Amino acid sequence: MIPVCRLEDLPEGESVRVEATPPIAVFRTEDGALYAIDDTCTHQDASLSEGWLEGCLVECPLHAASFDLRTGEPTCLPARRPVRTHRVTVEDGVVHVHVDAEEGTAA
Amino acid sequence: MSSVTIVGASLSGLYAARELRAQGFDGRLVIVGEEPHRPYDRPPLSKDFLTGRAGEEQLALTDAEDVAGLDAEWLLGVRARGLDTRGRAVLLDNGRTVVTDGVVIATGATARRLPGESLAGVHTLRTLDDARALRADLVRGARRVVVIGGGFIGAETASSCAGLGHAVTVVEAAPLPLLPQLGPEMAAVCAALHRRRGVELITGTGVTGLHGTATVTRVSLTDGRTLPADTVIVGIGASPATSWLAGSTLALQDGVLCDDGCVTALPQVVAVGDVARVGGSRAEHWTSATEQPRVAVTNLLAGRTLATVRSMPYFWSDQYGSRIQFAGRHREGDAVQLTEGECGADGPDEAGFLARYEREGRTVAVLGVDRPRAFMRARRALQREEGERAVPAAL
Repeated sequence: MIPVCRLEDLPEGESVRVEATPPIAVFRTEDGALYAIDDTCTHQDASLSEGWLEGCLVECPLHAASFDLRTGEPTCLPARRPVRTHRVTVEDGVVHVHVDAEEGTAA
Repeated sequence: MSSVTIVGASLSGLYAARELRAQGFDGRLVIVGEEPHRPYDRPPLSKDFLTGRAGEEQLALTDAEDVAGLDAEWLLGVRARGLDTRGRAVLLDNGRTVVTDGVVIATGATARRLPGESLAGVHTLRTLDDARALRADLVRGARRVVVIGGGFIGAETASSCAGLGHAVTVVEAAPLPLLPQLGPEMAAVCAALHRRRGVELITGTGVTGLHGTATVTRVSLTDGRTLPADTVIVGIGASPATSWLAGSTLALQDGVLCDDGCVTALPQVVAVGDVARVGGSRAEHWTSATEQPRVAVTNLLAGRTLATVRSMPYFWSDQYGSRIQFAGRHREGDAVQLTEGECGADGPDEAGFLARYEREGRTVAVLGVDRPRAFMRARRALQREEGERAVPAAL
């Protein structure tokens, strides 16, 4: 379990990158839900935490691949492989990521 | 339409194949590729592939599932040598003829060459085989590398070579590298990136010849200088691969002439990617190669131009650890302003910057260096504004 930041420091529509190995991107959507996925796009080296968040989808800032934050599945090319998703909890006002132990699982 | 042949098995050809199936085409699909390889991604060839950070398996654009889904007949390692528009057939180098109702031209572009390029140690960088050969040269120990041309391929290759520890000189004929693409202000930033990493950048100077007996040893310049060289990389641009279409009825003029919807004068022939001159302009960008096929396939299947390409040019380049992203349409004389971050005489710091190109009081292009989030917002805003301006005109 990795502490990320205080909830109030992650406004709705924003994201933050966690320097884990591999790095993780944590998103707070416009309707307040929290999601965490592997930060590196499965297509090429780009940080999804810097992507464009729209609803539950994040678009990669480099080539516009899009991923569903709920499942990690790509919703369009050029990405073909999913990113891992990780559980997020808020404890005492602090956002935590529970890193999915298994590499390569989508949910 | 019961059969379609895609000539060209790279990015835009593959995307066209996917679009055909996605848009319900269930007829015979033939994909002809000059290279023996299945489609692969070219941008990493000058970057991670050259430095050894990425292997060939990471370049693949398809997997077994993808290939099965396309249900196509792949004719790889064979060149198309002609298009018989009357007989509705694609003629191949191996003597075979593929009779077809529809044709997607996706033959891309070919790296331009210099006289003397038959010498060992002289490379172009366009294909996987080019990159393999160059990489094999670069892992043989310290080399004196001369890169001819400071465009995207030249700059990225120089950056990769410098990263591998080689002594690198870039020779650019224009006063600054990437001048037509980026304008003088941002071209100066790219020049600073080269110099900051110890790469010698010679500008305003052309090349008069490559010299050596079997292997290249020297490059002579228009200013009378001679550069010693073990490896030479020629990055002086690419020409659309249209020679196979000579003698067909298609209009060729720096590419295959198409309307705004990638359709040639023949409704059953469309063109996409680097080879296509769409609505008067030809781009050699990854993004256009992936966006045009949707429109082209819609129109091909409809038999007329229903959809048009309206995307804004976008490209990126990774050089010396900096990621440069550009979107929009730049023209000579645009005013360039930094709106976020800073840039000193020796280039930007880690935080990068965002710059806007302005003309007649509005933003026409944006450029970001290591500012992906700010760049993406600016690019989106620019696209939205362009869309809004385009709507009234279309009504």
